[in-house]
Amino acid sequence: MNPSAVPVDATVAPALAPPERIYRHRLPVRLMHWINVVCLTILLMSGLTIFNAHPALYWGRDSTFSAPWVSIMAVDVPGGFAGVTRIAGRTFDTDGVLGASKVGDATTKTARAFPSWATIPGPQWLSMGRHWHFFFAWLFVLNGIAYVLYAVFSGHLKRDLLPTGAELRNIGRSIKEHLMFKHPTGAAAKRYNVLQNLAYLVVIFGLLPLVIVAGMAMSPMLDSVVTGWVELLGGRQSARTLHFLAAMGLLLFVLVHVFEVIVSGVWNQLRSMVTGWYAVPADKVGE
Amino acid sequence: MTKRTIRSGHANAGHTNGGQGAGTKRRHLLRAALGGVGTVALAGCDRLSNNEAFVDVLKSAQHLSRAVHKIVPGRKAMAQEFAPADVAAHFRSNGTLMPADADYQALQKGGFSEWKLQVGGLVETPAAFTLAELRAMPSRTQITRHDCVEGWSSIGQWKGVQLSHVLAQVKPLANAKYVVFRCADSMDGPSLDGRDSRYYESVDLDDANHVQTVLAYELNGQPLPVSNGAPLRVRIERQLGYKHAKYLMRIDLVESFAPLRGGNGGYWEDNGYEWYAGI
Repeated sequence: MNPSAVPVDATVAPALAPPERIYRHRLPVRLMHWINVVCLTILLMSGLTIFNAHPALYWGRDSTFSAPWVSIMAVDVPGGFAGVTRIAGRTFDTDGVLGASKVGDATTKTARAFPSWATIPGPQWLSMGRHWHFFFAWLFVLNGIAYVLYAVFSGHLKRDLLPTGAELRNIGRSIKEHLMFKHPTGAAAKRYNVLQNLAYLVVIFGLLPLVIVAGMAMSPMLDSVVTGWVELLGGRQSARTLHFLAAMGLLLFVLVHVFEVIVSGVWNQLRSMVTGWYAVPADKVGE
Repeated sequence: MTKRTIRSGHANAGHTNGGQGAGTKRRHLLRAALGGVGTVALAGCDRLSNNEAFVDVLKSAQHLSRAVHKIVPGRKAMAQEFAPADVAAHFRSNGTLMPADADYQALQKGGFSEWKLQVGGLVETPAAFTLAELRAMPSRTQITRHDCVEGWSSIGQWKGVQLSHVLAQVKPLANAKYVVFRCADSMDGPSLDGRDSRYYESVDLDDANHVQTVLAYELNGQPLPVSNGAPLRVRIERQLGYKHAKYLMRIDLVESFAPLRGGNGGYWEDNGYEWYAGI
């Protein structure tokens, strides 16, 4: 090699170097991620259609119709009705969104728990909501099983998802950085950070299994797998409550997840989940 | 098809800070784009919900569920039974609470003394049983949870004769595959125009012969109330409430339920619900 042909990279300031690209997400993970996006969206929205058929939640084996701990309903007010949400005996005015809302371009409100923009299908249609829900529940469960098997056997779980002891000890710093919307750069950006690890682990091994098991506990046929197993969740109506809360937990995760994607470089993040390639944000000079 | 849009308040939030920098504009664009994609996707879902071929694909999931459930938990697995203390103070009634049909009301006025359960179809010896005859047969009492497709549950104590016991007396033929329950109550009002809208349901022989499948004439120690299906209703304990046909008049064994009414095996099935109601 001619000694004068020095590689360009070595002569320029690090800040001007083209960003280092790493192959961050492998094809199976990308594929299963997007299948999951479709499934979770449809399951959440068709689930709200099913909830709307009896918009109340109970704790226990059966329904105490007079005393649900959550109910969303329309109540009569002078000149019409208004949507309210009752949680543990307290009433909240949720008119226009929960309890009573306009469907599409309608000029008058309809009494319905969740609004039509949050449900599949839009009009209140229980049987159709169930068809969507159970078809995509199968796809979601099979995709989830495939993902867990892949994560364990490919090393994805150990390599990418489990935080190291050192990372766990530095969790305070990670929390502080998150609160300041400071995102890792350089070598640190090549790995999931510890809060990310914990969030993914709680979702993958906590919320997702819970939403599935609580869903199964509502099936009168699966009730008979092992006599009385539904009692472990507090009974069928408790299982319905847990299914709903787990779904809300997943929704919260998705909102935070999408927020983090947007603030940490939306196109780079999207590209890495589509093509696999992620541009590592450069360390700032002098840091 | 109704045209629906994402609520504009959601898509256009964030005007409060006055300054309209490039970043804000980009954020607006992004929000509008996301809102637009959402609207189109939702409209697409509604369109697909009205596409018969697509809905058939969605509905095919019930065959997978049923096939898996035949193995796990299995054909004979038992639904949970409860203690007397678990029985609800008031067992919820749903669907028809009082049939408007004149023939039913006449039977009810007579204390159902003129009522008979006809059992026929693909059987060797069709028969009819009075309420007294059914009560004289061996009985089973069970405290079970009734799960409505809407999402609520109610626990009640049922007493009745096992359907398998009644079927054994009429001797089903080898080609009988389903048991059809015909009821007294017209769902769309008494059929003045001759159109039959009386409730009906069907189950396969696994469910028909299941230990907990009983023709119940008592609820919580009392004769079955009219609102819960007097004089007789069937309990299909491992499926949702709409399978538990009330106001029973006739039971038929058939090879296929396709020739009946809407062809889907039940009143609610003809109105879009799954025939397999194990989930």
